[in-house]
Amino acid sequence: MLRINQSEYDTIRQHGVETYPHECCGVLLGTAEDGVNSVAAVVRAGNIRTDSAHNRYQIAPQELIRIQREARGQGLDIIGFYHSHPDHPAQWSKTDFAEAHWFGCSYVITSVRKENARCRAFETNAFLLTGTGHGEEDKRFEDELIQVQPIQNEPIAVAAAVEIA
Amino acid sequence: MQIHIPTPLRPFAGKQASVNVSATTVGSALTALTTEFPELRKHLYTEEGKLRAFVNVYLNDEDIRYLDQKDNTPVKESDALSIIPSIAGGTTAVESEPVAALPKLSVDEMARYSRHLILPEVGLDGQQKLKAARVLCIGAGGLGAPLTMYLAAAGVGTLGIVDFDVVEASNLHRQVIHGTSDVGRPKLDSAEDSLKAINPNVKIVKFETRLSSQNALEIFKDFDIVADGTDNFPTRYLVNDACVLSGKPNVYASIFRFEGQASVFATEDGPCYRCLYPEPPPPGLVPSCAEGGVLGILPGLLGIIQATEVIKLILGQGEPLVGRLLLVDTLAMRFRELKLRKNPDCPVCGTHPTVTKLIDYEQFCGIPPAPAKNAAVVNGIAQMEPVELKRRLDAGEDIYVLDVREPHEFAIAQIGGHLIPLNDLPQRVGELDPNREIVVHCKMGGRSQKASEFLAQAGFKNLHNLAGGIQAWSETVDPKVPKY
Repeated sequence: MLRINQSEYDTIRQHGVETYPHECCGVLLGTAEDGVNSVAAVVRAGNIRTDSAHNRYQIAPQELIRIQREARGQGLDIIGFYHSHPDHPAQWSKTDFAEAHWFGCSYVITSVRKENARCRAFETNAFLLTGTGHGEEDKRFEDELIQVQPIQNEPIAVAAAVEIA
Repeated sequence: MQIHIPTPLRPFAGKQASVNVSATTVGSALTALTTEFPELRKHLYTEEGKLRAFVNVYLNDEDIRYLDQKDNTPVKESDALSIIPSIAGGTTAVESEPVAALPKLSVDEMARYSRHLILPEVGLDGQQKLKAARVLCIGAGGLGAPLTMYLAAAGVGTLGIVDFDVVEASNLHRQVIHGTSDVGRPKLDSAEDSLKAINPNVKIVKFETRLSSQNALEIFKDFDIVADGTDNFPTRYLVNDACVLSGKPNVYASIFRFEGQASVFATEDGPCYRCLYPEPPPPGLVPSCAEGGVLGILPGLLGIIQATEVIKLILGQGEPLVGRLLLVDTLAMRFRELKLRKNPDCPVCGTHPTVTKLIDYEQFCGIPPAPAKNAAVVNGIAQMEPVELKRRLDAGEDIYVLDVREPHEFAIAQIGGHLIPLNDLPQRVGELDPNREIVVHCKMGGRSQKASEFLAQAGFKNLHNLAGGIQAWSETVDPKVPKY
């Protein structure tokens, strides 16, 4: 299961809208415990596949090293990655599968489409890369439940909602 | 020095986020690491001992692949090595090539395609996409005829056609791309004339050959979309597998008597033909058009559905028939739709494919290798040529001719045989005299071979199969016997 706060969840989805028609990508930092990947922070990354950014993404290894170093400083780990699928379903593709090597990590995909001249994020799905750990031969993507935690302790938002009601 | 271990590899490094090793060079640091944690080795290195392509190792901020001294680069205690598996992916399986500029339309083409140009879903851009498109049609027969004619008319720039047949009179009731005067000509030449007459702007690429495991990928490589108009299972599986392996959509249709099916297979996220039918039916169970007959209009209907799907794929418009199987029943005139799922265990397009190159499809479909022409004995059954039967009948020999076709075929043409349809033979075998010499025939020699094998099992000894059936009789003995 992937546990993520509403605000981080929105950040991931918004990122895809901003980079449309190109793919966005980024890293999920947090902790992995008892089969639950809990997101503590979302780090946006640049897509270095400028040659084909509408249907490819790649995070520069240097950027990953930097992100990993910063995560270490905060006591966090890399627990997943996200990217967008402009005009395609929120399903992993053959390329996504072939290029996935981080076992135990969550791969989050958001479908972004243009509708009535406005771009918006549609479905978001998570896939856990699993395997017996004996190399790449038996790896697979498992559908992973996303648990979005509602935003809490925001009385202003609640008051505003009451007023509108 | 420190070596930072990424999360997925920590289970193989004692669950540690970083490991301290004493080393003087990059190479010795990695050796020390994999000596301490041998499990890590196969995750980092190939069997040949090379660093895996998707694993990056960085010395501080430098990729060790690009260090001048590579593995021999000296390291200090304060340096850090980071192991970083790559992060990449994308929506499409094939590496997209740089987008070439779309071809311009001439003034004549603007006039020709004006009704397309004013459709917002096509427009100038869409018409240029059609002109740039390269579509390969397998077969210039019943499905291929309307398919190629409409694609040519619609302005598809390049049409490849694979066919090795010649036009026969029995083709004309459905293969409207060929005319009466084309009988006897290669189908490719006849089709090219018709298509050029419809639209001279279209480039026709002719492949006068039988599609095979040896040539399929080579033929497919210059096309964007493949439309399958084949009439047999080995070629259908071959087209499907070649499409999956080369990453090209397979726009499929097939026809049977009054019914048809259509779908779009082998797209990246959709199922393929094998997801629907992992195994072919046993040989002979589903008759071909030649054996079972077909409503002439039916391939017209299905071929045009194929053409529509091809155009939609090129334009990127609408909902393609991906993951859906359209069923057409022309007698009831009903269209139904079945939802198809991509099979993760599919041997060719699943997550762990076992078919990674083209195989022997005749063998896969259980079809024995074609017997040498004029083979005297097939599966233990003696074969008799029509001329030989004629000579012996004329000589007044006592031969019992058994016709195992259907009554409606018997009504069209017959050579004086006794009719017992193949399916009735087990119940009526008692009508036959095991001591007489029997020659079994059907239309082309297939069903009669089966019947002969059945009779041989039942203890009949003096048996022959009429090679080539009544068709061969008409060709070599008596042309007055109608061919059908």
